[in-house]
Amino acid sequence: MKKAAKYVSLIVASAVVLLPLIVVLFAAFKTHAEYSSSGPLTPPESWLNVDNFATAWTQGRMLLGFWNTTVILAISLTGTILIGTLAAYAMSRFDFAFKRLVLGLFLVAALVPGVTTQVATYQIVKSMGLVNTPGSAIVLFLGTDIISIYIFIQFMQSIPPSLDQAAMMDGASRFTIYRRIILPLMKPAIATVAIIKGIAIYNEFYIPFLYLRSPDLSVISTALFRFKGPYGAQWETIAACTMIVILPTVVLFLLLQRFIYNGVTAGATK
Amino acid sequence: MTRRYAAWLYLAPALALLITFTYVPVANMVVYSFTSWDGLDVTMDPVGLDNYVRVFTDERYWRVFLISGYYFVASFAQIAIALYFAVILSFNTRFRNLFKGILFFPYLLNGVAVGFVFLYLFQPDGTLDTVLRWAGLGDQTHYWLGDPDIANISLAGTSVWRFTGLSFVLFLGAIQSIPGEIYEAAEIDGAGDWHKFRHIIVPGIRRIISLSFILAISGSLSVFEIPFIMTGGANGTRTFVVQAYETAFQFRQIGLASAMAVVLLLIVLLITWIQRRLVPDEEVTLS
Repeated sequence: MKKAAKYVSLIVASAVVLLPLIVVLFAAFKTHAEYSSSGPLTPPESWLNVDNFATAWTQGRMLLGFWNTTVILAISLTGTILIGTLAAYAMSRFDFAFKRLVLGLFLVAALVPGVTTQVATYQIVKSMGLVNTPGSAIVLFLGTDIISIYIFIQFMQSIPPSLDQAAMMDGASRFTIYRRIILPLMKPAIATVAIIKGIAIYNEFYIPFLYLRSPDLSVISTALFRFKGPYGAQWETIAACTMIVILPTVVLFLLLQRFIYNGVTAGATK
Repeated sequence: MTRRYAAWLYLAPALALLITFTYVPVANMVVYSFTSWDGLDVTMDPVGLDNYVRVFTDERYWRVFLISGYYFVASFAQIAIALYFAVILSFNTRFRNLFKGILFFPYLLNGVAVGFVFLYLFQPDGTLDTVLRWAGLGDQTHYWLGDPDIANISLAGTSVWRFTGLSFVLFLGAIQSIPGEIYEAAEIDGAGDWHKFRHIIVPGIRRIISLSFILAISGSLSVFEIPFIMTGGANGTRTFVVQAYETAFQFRQIGLASAMAVVLLLIVLLITWIQRRLVPDEEVTLS
């Protein structure tokens, strides 16, 4: 009895999660006439009707959106990893004055909700002449990151300092130690940061919406958002576009499940 | 001597970004909040506390705080649902990984995509209405997003759908880090499921639950994406951040918007401080 209740609750929850997505998938394969005449729960007549996807792909300039997202993602991730590991190296391997103060600065900044400060951040990005260039999103994705530095510090502390000392005996400089010893050993932490940060950037809406107004700079989120106005009456096209945006997430999740769970847990609790 | 300054060299890029894009904006924001600046003028006219007075007395501005209430209440539902599923999935369950994946997955989805999925779901004669009719609840259909009495509940529901997976995975992780021998010992002592939940699981995940409440409070005060994408703030769904966005970027009242942001920031910092007092964190240690 208790067991049955448990499985029933799990199945109901799964249905609540999946049904909203499945009906959108149905709609994405329907023709306009079919969409108007059939109910939302009716599967499409043909699963081979990809016209809506083609329309969404070309009209929404989704290729451009994916390209812009990829460029911003690649630069921001590389930058975050370099800047974060360098900072973590300083924090865990050097003794210096004001170390606690620096840590405190990072800590307090983590409490400031990013959306609230955009009023003032916008003026700074504007004064740098970065508004409406990919640079704006890139510097903000680099600059808003505190959690990654934490993950790096935690991981670096698990690397025995005796490794550093041995290398120093051999005459290696501090930077050589960072590049040849620490960085290669940091791979698991780098993977974690790349995953959580990558998902966050792919899904980010506010920053590109605010800073990348030009249609030529559309990222995935803003390209999809632009569909709201002109295609308001054509749900089958919007549905297809929504599915195009969701698909990479599904694939990535199926491939990297275990890493994603670990990354998300590490990111939220640190 | 060089050694002493070496650390700052490694820290420089991170610190420069931190100061430029977090601390300088916060400081500027405080300055703007006492002016009537429009973001373009060369001069900023000081207006004293006018902006703050307006945030607390003009209904259009303080009303948005009340909207957070919907999301705050919803986040209790979210934590309860997440906790329930984390507990049942931490015991032996068939298709455990499949259910775990399904429950978690919405959290990974793009916010705009989630907004569109639910716009579609809530349409008049859309999926939700169809399902209700099918279940014999046809008289319960509404204009889910058009009716100001319901719209915020629909949006808060969307938020629960989107974020329950995160709380769930955090709880599940915490429960699984409780050593198995403790359960075995409790079983030998004849503890039932409720006892195991109350006396082993709850204390074991206390820290993560308190963290979730903090995230719930600051999260419900800074809701932006879901109402902005789905209703654009229409029908009484304008949240604090949506209002601040419009004030700053559509009406160019940077001073007023800054005052709103300062108020929000102070509330979040205050709540975090209270939480730290109530549930002391394991000290973050450095070397």
